[in-house]
Amino acid sequence: MTVLTEDTGNTETRTSAAEPQQARRRRKPLGTRAYKVFRVAALVAVVLFLIAPLFWMLLASFKTNVDIYDTGKSFLFTPTGENYANVLQRNNYFVFIFNSFWVAFVSTVLSLVLGVPAAYAMSRFTMHRSALVVLMARVIPGVSLLVPWYYVFSNLKMVGGFEVLILSHMFVSLPLIVYIMMSYFDSLPLELEESAQVDGLTPIGAFRRITLPLAVSGIATAGILSFIFSWNNFMFALVLSGSKTKTLPVAIFDFVSYASIDWGGLMAAATVVTIPIMIIALFTQKYIVSGLTAGATKG
Amino acid sequence: MSVLTPPRSAHSRRAGRTPGARPGFSAWANRHRKWLFAAPAMIFVGVLIVFPLAWTVYLSLTDSQGSVRAASEFVGVQNYLTVLSDVERFWPAVGRTLSFTGVALACEVVLGMGIALLLWRPFRGEKWVRVAILLPLVATPVAVGMMWRLIFDPNIGFINQLLGMVGIPPQPWLSGQDTALGTTIFMDVWQWTPMVVLILLAGLTSLSEEPDEAARMDGANAFQRFFFITLPLMMPTVIVAILLRGIDALKTFDILYATKGKGGGSFHEVETLNVYAYGLSFDYNQYGLSSAVLILFFMIIIGTMWLLTMRKKAVSK
Repeated sequence: MTVLTEDTGNTETRTSAAEPQQARRRRKPLGTRAYKVFRVAALVAVVLFLIAPLFWMLLASFKTNVDIYDTGKSFLFTPTGENYANVLQRNNYFVFIFNSFWVAFVSTVLSLVLGVPAAYAMSRFTMHRSALVVLMARVIPGVSLLVPWYYVFSNLKMVGGFEVLILSHMFVSLPLIVYIMMSYFDSLPLELEESAQVDGLTPIGAFRRITLPLAVSGIATAGILSFIFSWNNFMFALVLSGSKTKTLPVAIFDFVSYASIDWGGLMAAATVVTIPIMIIALFTQKYIVSGLTAGATKG
Repeated sequence: MSVLTPPRSAHSRRAGRTPGARPGFSAWANRHRKWLFAAPAMIFVGVLIVFPLAWTVYLSLTDSQGSVRAASEFVGVQNYLTVLSDVERFWPAVGRTLSFTGVALACEVVLGMGIALLLWRPFRGEKWVRVAILLPLVATPVAVGMMWRLIFDPNIGFINQLLGMVGIPPQPWLSGQDTALGTTIFMDVWQWTPMVVLILLAGLTSLSEEPDEAARMDGANAFQRFFFITLPLMMPTVIVAILLRGIDALKTFDILYATKGKGGGSFHEVETLNVYAYGLSFDYNQYGLSSAVLILFFMIIIGTMWLLTMRKKAVSK
């Protein structure tokens, strides 16, 4: 990679040094200056488009409902923490935060335990048909699974417990993890394991001591994404959670079932859900990007 | 390697054919590691999919309703006939699903390509733009729906406030019968264009520089270079992006249910197949009918995927 970049760099300098005239003519149709201005403007517009709504939500969460209804106070108002106090204390959001965290955490760990070895086997033995079975889970509409699950689990008196929620979220996490880890294992050279086996390790030993440590960043990627997807999941929790296991997205949804909407409180609640996940995203940006684009550029 | 082979196979014959393995459980485990590793995940997914899917097929052939435990009778393809002849709810829902997905995808791919091209070459402050791109992507869809509900509110929303400044009368947005679906498409575009950007950007960075450079030498302008060089080379990646996004867009539920509630609003204005099937199952307990809708929905998804995969193969060749 570095060699390539250097190469093009060199060619570029050489051409422009030897034939400055031609270089200028070459760029002229584009209008370098104009393009630069356009690019900056476009980038600013993109960032504004993506950030402004979130900023608006954050602003509203610090307004009283009177200020929200007053269009003259869009940006100038006296901030209040009342909405957050309401949401966190009176509406028991700490419980929902814990529920969301616990379900996302356990389902991610269990999915990793099941998914990483499976992805390894599917990658190394090119089990395309088996991989397809697991990936089918990404395609099936969730509702078609919910009716049978609801029937079975309500007969087992498990609806409203954490186990069902965790199982249903694993159903989303596991295919995701298998998908990401397969493309990660595909990119790890086979030679390392082979030489470890020549040196006397068993195949499983080579997987445990050589491949797994090398795959740590892939596992981190898969784990983080699986956590985020589980944290954001709404439909499964809507049906399968009970009053004790309600997760944050469902709690927010319940907020608007009353006749008039408490906008300040709703925005505070929405902020409480999104902030933790955004902080995680900020610190693990690199992993999230590589996970979301996994396998996208292969032929 | 070949020099080492004879002693290894001699040793391994004793130890269960796998090189270096100890006898007993470990040898067995090593020999069967392929299935030992893959089976737990496959059994988990299999039990959680195959059984419910088979059940859905069975339910779609019965008149099950009210309670899943209530006795139901086998009615053959009656549910499918009912659903397929239903021009009030089912076919409009099919139309909404397809137009939601089609319009959202078209906007996301065009915008996504534009933004990816803007980000392609390094620049100062790139880090911050990348953060901005990531935030909508990870935000909880239900919270995003609530956020837009406030921003698009006809009376107090910021959008109408902005329009008022330039003299455009307030629009009903989510509460309008004709504007609701478009507004939810806008939300989907806001949240998921970044995903398309990331995928296309990964594709762009992996492109080789030479064809572009050669075209530049031959005097092609930026537009020619994009349409005749970059875009054809990017086609496989574009189709992957459409495939990944398309599956999720067809199944969109969270923002629709969060912004319009049961039945996709009082006039079903944002009722897609997924929302319709959910409503039939859990708001009206019509399990037989909803299962038939789901099976048809599933066939639409599979069909779309199949078409796209075929297209990708054709493009990659």
